[in-house]
Amino acid sequence: MPGLLQWLDEFAGPTLFEFAVSPTLKILALLFLFVLPLISYIVLAERKILGYIQARVGPNRVGPWGLLQPIADVVKLLLKEDVIPVRAVRWAFVLAPCLVVAPAFVIFSVIPFGPPSTGEGAPNWFITDVNTGLLLVIALATIGVYGLIIGGWASNNKFSLMGGLRSAAQMISYEVPQGFSVVVPILLAGTLSLVGIVQAQEGHQLFGLLPRWFVFHPTGIFAFFVYMVAGIAESNRNPFDLPEAETELVAGFHTEYSGMRFALFFLGEYANMIVVSAIAVTLFFGGWLPPFDFLGMAFLPMGLGGVLWFVTKLFAFLFVYIWFRGTFPRYRFDQLMDLGWKWLIPMALILVVLTALLKLLFPS
Amino acid sequence: MRSEMLRDPVLSRPRPRAVTPYKKSLAEWLYLPLFGGLMVTLRHFVRNLIKGPRYTIEYPEKRRDYSHRFRGHHILTSRPDGSLRCVACFLCATACPADCIKIESGEHPDVNIEKYPVVYEIDMLRCVFCGYCVDACPEEAIIMSNNYDMAYFHRDQSKVGKNDLMKPYTFDPSQLGYRPHYPEEDAQRAKMRREAFNLVQAAREAGATEVAS
Repeated sequence: MPGLLQWLDEFAGPTLFEFAVSPTLKILALLFLFVLPLISYIVLAERKILGYIQARVGPNRVGPWGLLQPIADVVKLLLKEDVIPVRAVRWAFVLAPCLVVAPAFVIFSVIPFGPPSTGEGAPNWFITDVNTGLLLVIALATIGVYGLIIGGWASNNKFSLMGGLRSAAQMISYEVPQGFSVVVPILLAGTLSLVGIVQAQEGHQLFGLLPRWFVFHPTGIFAFFVYMVAGIAESNRNPFDLPEAETELVAGFHTEYSGMRFALFFLGEYANMIVVSAIAVTLFFGGWLPPFDFLGMAFLPMGLGGVLWFVTKLFAFLFVYIWFRGTFPRYRFDQLMDLGWKWLIPMALILVVLTALLKLLFPS
Repeated sequence: MRSEMLRDPVLSRPRPRAVTPYKKSLAEWLYLPLFGGLMVTLRHFVRNLIKGPRYTIEYPEKRRDYSHRFRGHHILTSRPDGSLRCVACFLCATACPADCIKIESGEHPDVNIEKYPVVYEIDMLRCVFCGYCVDACPEEAIIMSNNYDMAYFHRDQSKVGKNDLMKPYTFDPSQLGYRPHYPEEDAQRAKMRREAFNLVQAAREAGATEVAS
């Protein structure tokens, strides 16, 4: 492997290596070693957890405890026939799933999974640290909705169109509070870089009893709730899964999709889930930071302890997602709008003003 | 009289003029009951995770114990020498509401028995498992088992012939289902009857002695 890297280095030249080859390799490694396996096993975990919540067993036929189920699912989806309706708008129909998946995957490039390089031999546990990282995340997360709308429209199906329209309305309503709730950690940290935001949460407060994560800040905790609700609505999960509401709209925007194209939508939904959770961990729960220093697992080489903490927090959030799905029934459309416009947006606005005031009065 | 009726507490209650919309309490307005709901599902999740599934019977490995009167796959019983008890009287085929029993009779070599079924077929896909054939049989030649897994890859396989009806679970008492006589049950009932009789008898004797003394 090092030989191959060196060969690539010599072949491509230093500039090309640094800006094209090395990031590509990192992205591929991240996607195929972390994100895709994680997604396929979240699907299994979701089915298992929902099963236990509903006093069922969940998948248990393929492998011990159903552990090979994801592989069977992937094989099935790959082998299935890919149907494109005759009256569909072909190019848009094909484009839509890519538009959902690609932005969700791109966001992974700025998420810090662990601390930056601590010394010789230790890697940076993120692909890149953009100094406007959070802005990039918000911008990219917005693109995903185009996939849903285009897919819903291109299918030439009433249910799909309804699903697409609903997702449009939902996104518009929930982008706003999400954007404002994200402003709170930005104000507190004073930077847009995700690594910088995590580093701003180092240390402890209340005589060392609480870590200085932004979720333990008087306005931060409310901002976290707003972010979480808006984030769940953004990733189209229960109880905000109106775009694909199966009881009303068959399958909403992806009614006409089958085979691997359907799998791409599915992948996009779960990738969005992971992204929202990862951003929540980064902004409010101190990213890779351990809650207390003695739990930091500093004995692990290359900052792996930080990565472990990040992944642990990420899994906790993913569990919350599934837990919500097992608990809450779907919101009615007017209730959804009510929650978004009458609750989250005013609350987020007030939080931004309060945080700014606090920052002004107590600059420390 | 009429005015009294009007003063009836139920009838004289003022009828609502307008329907007032449901008023949310403060907690509901703050979406607090949602957390109660979360706790409910978490409780169920943890309980089922620790104790394992409580309601699921994982079928191929475990089976539900059905009643010994369960009407499952049919059994053709046999005589001690191993031949079929059926005398091809067609009573079961006549009683069958689903018309799923097909019998062809032949002459039995033993003059005392007269007939035997050359062909005895039950179409398991037509059968409604009512048990009327068991009721109709004068020879106790057809009874039912508690076997319920009948699945076929082809329709032809659902027509079960004489050999298959005789073969599998002939006299394993734990596999028997609906049938005219239940020897263990009859024995138990007789025992209970005897005990009750003895009790009454004892009470009578005690009463008689009391009266006598």
